[in-house]
Amino acid sequence: MTTQENALLEARNCSLRFGGIAALTDVSLRIAPGELVGLIGPNGAGKTSLFNILTGVYRPTEGEILFEGRSVAGIPPHRINRLGMARTFQNIRLFDSLNVRMNVRTSFIARLRHGLLETIQRGHSFRSEEEEIREEGKRLLAYFGLQEVEAYSSRSLPYGDQRRLEIVRALATKPLLLLLDEPAAGMNPTEKEELKRLIAQIRSEFGTAILLVEHDMKVVMGICERLVVLDRGCLLATGTPAEVRADPKVIAAYLGTSAENQEAA
Amino acid sequence: MALPSGGFLRNNRAVFSAATPFLKNARLGLAAGLGVAVILQSCSGFIDPYTTQVILFAAINVILAVSLNLVMGETGQFSLCHAAFMAVGAYSSALLTGKALPALFPHLSWTGTSLASQLTFLPVLVIGGAMAALVGLIVGGPSLRLRGDYLAMVTLGFGEIIRVLLQNANVVGGARGMEGILPATNLFWAIGSAVLTLYTMIALVRSTYGRGFQAVRDDEIAAAAMGIDTTRVKVTAFVIGAFFAGVAGGLYAHAVEFISPEGFNFLRSFEIIVMVILGGLGRPVGVAIAAILITLLNEWLRDLSEYRMVVYALIIILFMIFRPTESILPFLRRIAPWGKKPPSA
Repeated sequence: MTTQENALLEARNCSLRFGGIAALTDVSLRIAPGELVGLIGPNGAGKTSLFNILTGVYRPTEGEILFEGRSVAGIPPHRINRLGMARTFQNIRLFDSLNVRMNVRTSFIARLRHGLLETIQRGHSFRSEEEEIREEGKRLLAYFGLQEVEAYSSRSLPYGDQRRLEIVRALATKPLLLLLDEPAAGMNPTEKEELKRLIAQIRSEFGTAILLVEHDMKVVMGICERLVVLDRGCLLATGTPAEVRADPKVIAAYLGTSAENQEAA
Repeated sequence: MALPSGGFLRNNRAVFSAATPFLKNARLGLAAGLGVAVILQSCSGFIDPYTTQVILFAAINVILAVSLNLVMGETGQFSLCHAAFMAVGAYSSALLTGKALPALFPHLSWTGTSLASQLTFLPVLVIGGAMAALVGLIVGGPSLRLRGDYLAMVTLGFGEIIRVLLQNANVVGGARGMEGILPATNLFWAIGSAVLTLYTMIALVRSTYGRGFQAVRDDEIAAAAMGIDTTRVKVTAFVIGAFFAGVAGGLYAHAVEFISPEGFNFLRSFEIIVMVILGGLGRPVGVAIAAILITLLNEWLRDLSEYRMVVYALIIILFMIFRPTESILPFLRRIAPWGKKPPSA
């Protein structure tokens, strides 16, 4: 399906070991531009470890990671972001002392064209760029329905909105690839529906490729084009949701009998 | 959309409107502050020397506390060596006015109030600040990769290194200290510098750029994920903080005319930390007010100087018990009989 040329992100035979413990063994993954890939697996399967080597938190013990054909293994997280990969966190990490607007605005800091002195003296380039950032932040918040709460502290938002804000903040860095770490965790059914809509919206409007780590089968099966299944640090299966669902290895390792239940539901 | 107007004295965290209202208010504040500096200086003949000295100390403490606030309050890095940066600025500027400048221009008159020393005082202060900033860069570069307690240890150690180095450097008088420094610091320089420092810090923090400091304080991992080079942000805060501490050191040296390594020990750093905590982490105006209050407290407690630190500790403990999250601003507003009561009270 994806060929060598058009892979946006490619992990080749990556392993990650902490002393004697192998968190990941020989995992390969590729994501095409604009593709929505789901990464699933039972607890402790290595989903977050894979996430962490992709986003520069850990350096893979072995293997290679290519982003747009460039090797990015072991590059620090802030440079990964500047290359075009943005992420959210399993446990929401918003900036608590900043309001909603400011949270989004932090995404522009790494790309500021004016410097420190210009900021202090409030020069022309400062004012014009600050205005640009303000407008763009406003547009993003309005697009994702957060404009009414933009002056609120991020802590005071309802859970679903905090998740949404975290995604908007990541999106404001204009990524080519968005990595979402269990965005549906702790959400109620309504919020999950909203999340699905939000993800669809991001893809249609921004054309961003998405790697989605998720426990919730309904969310993953419903929207992903392709799934990657991990178990005990190894790649178990890849394929379309239907293929993965039918794979006996996957059923044995992860879905068990509840797969039928979920299908029925 | 009702945005609160960007008042200069408002809590800087919640309020951020367009750059223009800020500009207007801040420039107004800056102009007013500099005006006060000029006016006080021009009637300095009517102010008795003791009061003058207290005002000078207050202004110097404001610079120290507000600059440490950038490191501790805004960026969340616990630094225990602010007095060491002050020492670097004090010694380097004292060397300039005491040795370098008179040697370079021997035909000019070098006294505290002479034209030559007053005209060269600004570059002297800036060079003193730059030296401190340079030292800040050398210390901060490697140590700011550490966090929390570890960073506190490194900065504590560094502060001691500077003090011991100065104690053993004969060119600056060693443990005896340097005396006979030109009394070039006056109300204009001290208040003017304090106002400029406060303006710079507020202008810096109230910008997209400045939110980077707070983002790093709130969550370093998330900040890095937003593309922010967290080490660089921390080093920047550290270097800017060190620069202003160096300027304060220069002002201090030329105000008291005598400096010794003991004056810049750990207790001095601790005193500045007290001001920042009392004023409210991340609230420059509150910190400036706390710095003034602590200076006055110092004067009142002069007779029981050995017990001063006991009183400090008591104040901090009581403050933390009764107002754990607030800054001094809402606290003052609440205890003042004419003040507006905040809705939470």
